[in-house]
Amino acid sequence: MASKAQRAPLSLRLATNAFVVVWLVIAAFPFIWTLWGSFKVELDFFSIADWTNSLFGVNTLETYGNRFTLSGYEGAWVQEEFWRAFINTGIVCFFVVCTSLTIGTLGGYALSRSGYRYTFWLLLAALIFRAMPPITLVAGYLLPFFEWNLWGRLSTTVIVLVAINQPFTLWMLHSFFQSIPKELDESAKVDGCTQFQAFRNVIIPVMWPGVITTGLFSFLLAYNDFAVTSMLLSDDNRTMVPKIAAFLGTTYTEGNVMFAVAAAVSATVPLFILVMVFQRQIVSGLTAGAVKG
Amino acid sequence: MKHRTFFWFFLPTGLAMLLFIALPIVSVLVQSVFTPHGAVIETVKNCTPFGCNEETTINQEATRALRESQPLGRFVGLGIYFDRGHLAINEVRALWANSQGLGQFFKGLGNLPFYRAMGFTLTFTFLATPALIALGMVIALAVNSISQRLKGVVIFFSLLPFTVTPLIGSLILFWMIDSRGILGTALQWLADDPGLSLKASTPLTWIMLIVYQVWHAAPFAFVVFYAGLQTLPQDQLESAKIDGASRLQQVRYVVVPHLTPLVTFVALIMLMDNFRVFEPIVGFNAAAHATSLSWIIFNDLGGETRQLSAAAATSVMTIIGVAVLLSPVLVRTWRDFRSKK
Repeated sequence: MASKAQRAPLSLRLATNAFVVVWLVIAAFPFIWTLWGSFKVELDFFSIADWTNSLFGVNTLETYGNRFTLSGYEGAWVQEEFWRAFINTGIVCFFVVCTSLTIGTLGGYALSRSGYRYTFWLLLAALIFRAMPPITLVAGYLLPFFEWNLWGRLSTTVIVLVAINQPFTLWMLHSFFQSIPKELDESAKVDGCTQFQAFRNVIIPVMWPGVITTGLFSFLLAYNDFAVTSMLLSDDNRTMVPKIAAFLGTTYTEGNVMFAVAAAVSATVPLFILVMVFQRQIVSGLTAGAVKG
Repeated sequence: MKHRTFFWFFLPTGLAMLLFIALPIVSVLVQSVFTPHGAVIETVKNCTPFGCNEETTINQEATRALRESQPLGRFVGLGIYFDRGHLAINEVRALWANSQGLGQFFKGLGNLPFYRAMGFTLTFTFLATPALIALGMVIALAVNSISQRLKGVVIFFSLLPFTVTPLIGSLILFWMIDSRGILGTALQWLADDPGLSLKASTPLTWIMLIVYQVWHAAPFAFVVFYAGLQTLPQDQLESAKIDGASRLQQVRYVVVPHLTPLVTFVALIMLMDNFRVFEPIVGFNAAAHATSLSWIIFNDLGGETRQLSAAAATSVMTIIGVAVLLSPVLVRTWRDFRSKK
């Protein structure tokens, strides 16, 4: 859009810019508002009397002598032990991303390098599996997990999330490996490497961009999951999302909504940082499938 | 690559998918045609000097023996699928016979849990999908024409609603539209009705959930379309301009056709995603007004009484629904594969 002839008329430019601003407000305002409100008391966050209370924190000032309070965060992190859920989420995400990338790169590499017909059918099966809503599988897990005493553990959930993640990981990495020239590892094989050596010495050094993008999406899936984690984890092992859902059940009655607000804000901060650091990778990952299809 | 090498490379991921996706689907299928054994009930005649009375007791030992010998439960075929909680064949038949006019029939249908959930799921899927595509398209066109320096910031903020945990995202909006929250208050002021509560009315709850979904998923559509706009055929645009096409005509006849495959892609993905709507219903605490198949499964599985068979039957029907929505994708993939050969 460089040439002068392509410049839009002023009215259109103004309208476009106004629209973008409106969209920015719609997209960002809920987060800013909730972040701001999380430092207030409930009477300010949900103000019946006057909505400006939530801006200036009148009741917060009355209760705590300051317009901002950390009481919601203290309640969530200390009293309700949200830090446990935070650590659990960390453990689950770390192991899901590592395992899923390890076995996914091997599988995706093999799919991209084998010319046989069955690779298509495997990919098709993965596509079908990818479309399955995870909650439909949970009914199938519960009985055997209870039977073998696997239910409620973090490790079980990690394995389940890894498996649910595989179809997507395979598709992403398969198309990524296809963009790496076959000649690269072929020539290594001519030089006497086995297939695995070719993979380790030639492919691994150049695969990181694709792996990082895929890893991000694995992380998001594990971090954001609610259906599987809430069904498969015992109360002590809950990760953040089911923990917040559990807050809702108990705290609405106790009038401690602010705990849930503070916890929700706390759980969003890591995502915020993630998007800030990896914006480019997330965008390229979202478009990877589309541009191909 | 040799079959052998391929096998070893693919084994870990293949095993994971086999054990934790393929087998559970089979297990769900099997569970959905069995129902747990009822307790074995015995009638014992108790005679005392003052007369005899019959007493019904649960024979604990026989019950346990029966449950252990057939752990899957009693085979009931498609019985669970047809019961009141699912397809409710008998109720629907009775309703059909007894209701005057279609209106009453559909109203009665709305009281049956499965049809109620289907009604919401389908409305949600087919309203939210076009809406979020349209919004995503407009954002993409707008962002594409703003100054280069601002684009990064706009894309960053646009990604937030999409990456935020669905449950948390819906909670954040839920707190805002609460009648004491800022949006709720604003709406009351706009509608000039201090008693207005979005949570209390079914149509408003549905609209709220659809608005949430559009807010949440429009960024995905936006990013995909925006990427598509970067590869616009410039020469076509220019020749259209030379031929005297107006700005709107350029969008209509050059930009939109260029993006059509992407629209199809987003539509197919979003139809499947919207069909499994679940977290917003929990987040918005909306189950009284709107339920979906996924929510029914979740509800059956949770709580003290885990109704595995009922959940399994709903799961199978959800899978069938997803399969129907998935079929165009499969056909496309198959065609791509054929054309490559």
